[in-house]
Amino acid sequence: MFGNIIQLAFRELRRNVLRSALTILGIVIGVAAVIIMVTLGRGTTQQVTEEIASLGSNQLQVRPGERFRPGGVRTAAEQFELADAEAIEREIAGVRAVAPVASRTLLTVYGNANWRTSVIGSDNSFFVAREWDVESGREFTDSEVRSGKLVCVIGATVRDNLFGNQNPLAASIRLGKLSCEVIGVLAEKGQSTFGMDQDDVVIVPIRGFQRRIAGNLDVNTIYITAQSSDLIDKIKQDVEALMRQRRHVSANEEDNFYVRDIREITERVTSTTETLTALLGAVAAVSLLVGGIGIMNIMLVSVTERTREIGIRLAIGALESDVLRQFLVEAVVLACVGGIVGIALGLSGSALVSPMLNIPFVFDPAITMIAFAFSAAVGVIFGYFPARKAARLNPIDALRHE
Amino acid sequence: MSSRPGEEPLVELNSVTKVYGSGQAAVHALRGIDLRVHEGEFVAVMGSSGSGKSTCINIIGCLDVPTAGTYRFRDVDVGTLDRDQRALLRRNFIGFIFQTYNLLARTTALENVELPLIYRGVPPKERHRLALQALESVGLSQWATHTPAELSGGQQQRVAIARAIVTEPLLLLADEPTGNLDSANSQEIMKLLTGFHRDQGLTIVMVTHEPDVAAYAQRTVHFHDGGIDSDTLNHDQVTV
Repeated sequence: MFGNIIQLAFRELRRNVLRSALTILGIVIGVAAVIIMVTLGRGTTQQVTEEIASLGSNQLQVRPGERFRPGGVRTAAEQFELADAEAIEREIAGVRAVAPVASRTLLTVYGNANWRTSVIGSDNSFFVAREWDVESGREFTDSEVRSGKLVCVIGATVRDNLFGNQNPLAASIRLGKLSCEVIGVLAEKGQSTFGMDQDDVVIVPIRGFQRRIAGNLDVNTIYITAQSSDLIDKIKQDVEALMRQRRHVSANEEDNFYVRDIREITERVTSTTETLTALLGAVAAVSLLVGGIGIMNIMLVSVTERTREIGIRLAIGALESDVLRQFLVEAVVLACVGGIVGIALGLSGSALVSPMLNIPFVFDPAITMIAFAFSAAVGVIFGYFPARKAARLNPIDALRHE
Repeated sequence: MSSRPGEEPLVELNSVTKVYGSGQAAVHALRGIDLRVHEGEFVAVMGSSGSGKSTCINIIGCLDVPTAGTYRFRDVDVGTLDRDQRALLRRNFIGFIFQTYNLLARTTALENVELPLIYRGVPPKERHRLALQALESVGLSQWATHTPAELSGGQQQRVAIARAIVTEPLLLLADEPTGNLDSANSQEIMKLLTGFHRDQGLTIVMVTHEPDVAAYAQRTVHFHDGGIDSDTLNHDQVTV
């Protein structure tokens, strides 16, 4: 009986192929849109998560925050000093590396080539904290770090732009007005999550940076690497306490600095992308609703057209529920065919678009199932009213209908 | 006449009234009619249009219920049944033939005949066999795969007869079955109906306004203005 009804529904829909196709178009577009939006959203989230995780899960960043002046005025809080980084390394347990970082954008020149890049002052712990290897050449020597002599380790992008195919090691480049020897080249890291070229960087010893480039003793960020990720929370608390004390924050004041771990940054970023995904998915779901109204509309037309058929069926002994089921199944079949086509379209669409946007294609069976179930539900909900209308027809009137 | 002592009638209408609308606009389609039809009878219902004969046959066919009075079918008071219960009565005991054939368009003759069996829950193979058999009994087994659009009016009405008798109903209701047919086809249809009545003892109630069609029946009931004018046995019944 039920197989019969489905067969009947398909036959009925085949009779009006164009009309059926146009009717399901709304559902197709709705489901495809939901799947593409959610798949791309998930892909972005996964990419962001992976990239942040690749920074290391046992990382903390300490940055200056805001200072509250009397009268509610907020100004940028003062920067850190090298002594702050040293204090963290000295006084806080479980720390593997502490890298003070200061940076500035400068023009670098070699021969005829010049390139604007970010110059970072730090020390060898920077390579530990960022889990970044010097591919050729060497890291800084102790004396270079202490004396502040200007030598530099350059990123792959800077090497490519200044040296082309030449060997950069031992060459002397200009950083702004200063001359600086290249002692190493960093391994290539590629683009960051936010589309920044991470290899577009020059690293110099921080003392030299402060004295000769920045002209002050500021440290903009302190990178901390814990010995293990279990220690992160403890270290974070300790660093906060230490910094409050060193920066003379009184007990009733808020921190004028931030200590963030990667997890927190990951959560912030992923929660943003997930919210965005949900929002886009919801917008796409609206078109599913519109598709449902399309189905209801065409089913109402169909009931009117087939009033006589309904009358015949009722006269020869169809129950209300038989007629209801017949039309409901027709609506659900319409919606489900739309759902299946939409899923196929959505998945192939996102498989096609993902590589273009440089994000991984994440096949999510759950969202596929949900989209399908949703389209079936749309069929039931929007098919019910026309089907009930058909089932409640008076057989005598229906038989007389022209 | 129609009273056979000791046997319950198949159809029994007692003071049946049917009123459409209400107040000033009320239309009295039936004004308290009494009618009994026993199993095995072949009754022709005649009358001008608006005389109430269609309303009466709709009530007998359980498509409609009386406003007042009672209608008993096989001793069941139809007036107390709901829509679905009346649908079940039609499904199990009543076959319909209409003036306009009322076959499903774009559906083959065989499928049209199978339709009532589907609602009865007959399994596909059995359904197929019974439907073919019914088509054969109306002489249309060659036309089983044709749709109504490919059949003549007479052929369509024969498919409709096959559909009505495939379930072996107790009662066949024919509403002007020859109204759209020429005399040759009309005779053809009437021969079929008379044959089913004679050979299988099928009870038939047939609405018509053609005296030569009514002549095939054993008994003729005349309607006039919502009442029964005359109810006579047909002594010169046409035999085939």
